[in-house]
Amino acid sequence: MPWHVAETAAGGVVAVALSIAALAAHGSDRDTGAVAAPPTVVIEATRLAFPEPGEFLVEGRAIPAPVRDVEIPAFAIMTHQVGLADYGRCVAAGRCMAADTQARAAAADVPVTGVSYFDALAYAAWLGEATGATWRLPSALEAAAAAGERFSAETFSDAADDPKNPAVAWIRRYREQAASVRAPEPAARPFGSYGVNSLGVADFGGNVWEWTSTCYVRVGFEADRVTERSRTENCRVHVLEGRHRAIMSDFVRDGRSGGCAVGTPPDNLGFRLVQEPDRPGLVGRILGRIAAVLDR
Amino acid sequence: MFTRRQALMGVAAAGLLAALPPMTAMAGEIDLSALPRERIALVAPPFVHAHEQVSTTGPRIIEYTMTIVEKTVVIDDEGTTLQGMTFDGSIPGPMMVVHQGDYVELTLVNPETNSLPHNIDFHAATGGLGGGALTLINPGEETTLRFKATRSGTFVYHCAPEGAMIPWHVVSGMSGTIMVLPRDGLKDETGRPLRYDKVFYVGENDFYVPRDEEGNFKSYESPGDSYADTLPVMRGLIPTHVVFNGAKGSLTGDNAMTSKVGETVLIVHSQANRDTRPHLIGGHGDYVWEEGKFDNPPMKDLETWFIRGGSAGAALYTFLQPGIYAYVNHNLIEAVELGATAHFVVEGEWNDDLMKQVAAPGPIPVN
Ligand SMILES: [Cu+2]
Repeated sequence: MPWHVAETAAGGVVAVALSIAALAAHGSDRDTGAVAAPPTVVIEATRLAFPEPGEFLVEGRAIPAPVRDVEIPAFAIMTHQVGLADYGRCVAAGRCMAADTQARAAAADVPVTGVSYFDALAYAAWLGEATGATWRLPSALEAAAAAGERFSAETFSDAADDPKNPAVAWIRRYREQAASVRAPEPAARPFGSYGVNSLGVADFGGNVWEWTSTCYVRVGFEADRVTERSRTENCRVHVLEGRHRAIMSDFVRDGRSGGCAVGTPPDNLGFRLVQEPDRPGLVGRILGRIAAVLDR
Repeated sequence: MFTRRQALMGVAAAGLLAALPPMTAMAGEIDLSALPRERIALVAPPFVHAHEQVSTTGPRIIEYTMTIVEKTVVIDDEGTTLQGMTFDGSIPGPMMVVHQGDYVELTLVNPETNSLPHNIDFHAATGGLGGGALTLINPGEETTLRFKATRSGTFVYHCAPEGAMIPWHVVSGMSGTIMVLPRDGLKDETGRPLRYDKVFYVGENDFYVPRDEEGNFKSYESPGDSYADTLPVMRGLIPTHVVFNGAKGSLTGDNAMTSKVGETVLIVHSQANRDTRPHLIGGHGDYVWEEGKFDNPPMKDLETWFIRGGSAGAALYTFLQPGIYAYVNHNLIEAVELGATAHFVVEGEWNDDLMKQVAAPGPIPVN
């Protein structure tokens, strides 16, 4: 069930571990796995002024996310979003649920859409087994780094709203939302339709919003907007990055069911994965033993 | 498939009806020449043409013209289209406002560019199938009907050509409302006058758009092309769209209705085909004429009111708190998934006495 995110996430982790174990147990003939690893782009270590995803309150009123200056170590991320055909192999292997995509099954060159956070986890686990590498969702911070100049985060506006009248802020944001309405683009478009950013990452900010591993948080600040008074994390809800930031329940597959602070809801939900550096040999050997035991 | 030939047969039948002697000639000779006439231009919903709430004159003849427009309309934010049939180009058709005892004189025009015969049935009118028997016109024709507004209230009007054409024309958009006000205006249950600062007309429609094998909505070139596929969807009785003002989202965002704290709004809600249950989220119906008929005392303080399919009702409310109000069909599946949601943007001073957030959301305290 969607609510049991912790269990499901744990299940995903176990699956990855077992896949590596299986790989180790079967020796070097499967070093490259049954499936070719998708192309990745290395995002060099960088610093980013990053608005933390979530909801931030001062005395009960929403304020813009505080922007932190963050360092991000280098990482490798898929050049393209996971494709419909790629995802189809996981479905064929019985490890992924068929996507609620609008695209025809025959369309091999489009990103998969109509997938939930759970679907992304399942795919990452299967891809790990199939390629012999470790794949995971990027954090929102990594997604922002990979998005480069296309990162937009939240379009949350702040104003000297009347603290005695919450409706002033409600009406102001409602009007901003109305002004930012754009025509939906529900149809999946071929890879490259939205071009490549300066880092070589394709199609970020197009009509597919990308799941991240970052949970939703609600943070209460003191009046100084710096000192945290309270913090609640909800990991049944995750952040998606794209044309604007979205926050969705993990089981949601249709972006149009809402979830944006401002603007038209996401047209489509998809994802791309980060490839972890190779595991140290020792871990592989230990996992190999476990797998060998499990095999009996 | 609804062929051109069948369409023409429809036209032939219309010709037969039109050949009957006009009933107006059979009526007793009424001399209305002494009555003043006023010609009123209709405006597209949710707005309503200017009118007196309390009449300062005796009965008059109110002249309207409506042109029937068949056209492709977009009914949701995904670009789904309907082969729409409209009174005066809008779904719903424009709202007319007259006073009890007035005569309504409507000229109905069916331009040559249309493909189907149409007519109009006023639930406010007496006899002649509400006028439907006297107004069936082919493309390229026009007709003028006069009826006396004998009863006060909000009443649906709709197209009702014949047989299977009737529901099809109605669920293609051909309905609207006339409000017949008592000459001395609206009153509460004790007879004290009630007034409104603004009136909005919210027409609700159920649409039945066919899908292709992949589940995507189909689009058509003309009403006739869409008929054969639409009929089985209609017979299933489950609409694909339930919308206000002709399209999902047409009364939200930039097109949201507006008001102010302290302002009294009359919301007229019609549904020509199917039951519905309006609800103002965060507000109430101070005075509600569920059946829309002003000779009955209004109900008070309602949370949700019931509009019978084939009728129009009216709700009077004075906004007490600023904010964004959703006005919905409180079958919330129809409101959220199928489109029956409108918004009011209401400005003014917040009243802490009515509502206050005592503690903002935060972690549950541990002792
Ligand atoms: Cu008609």
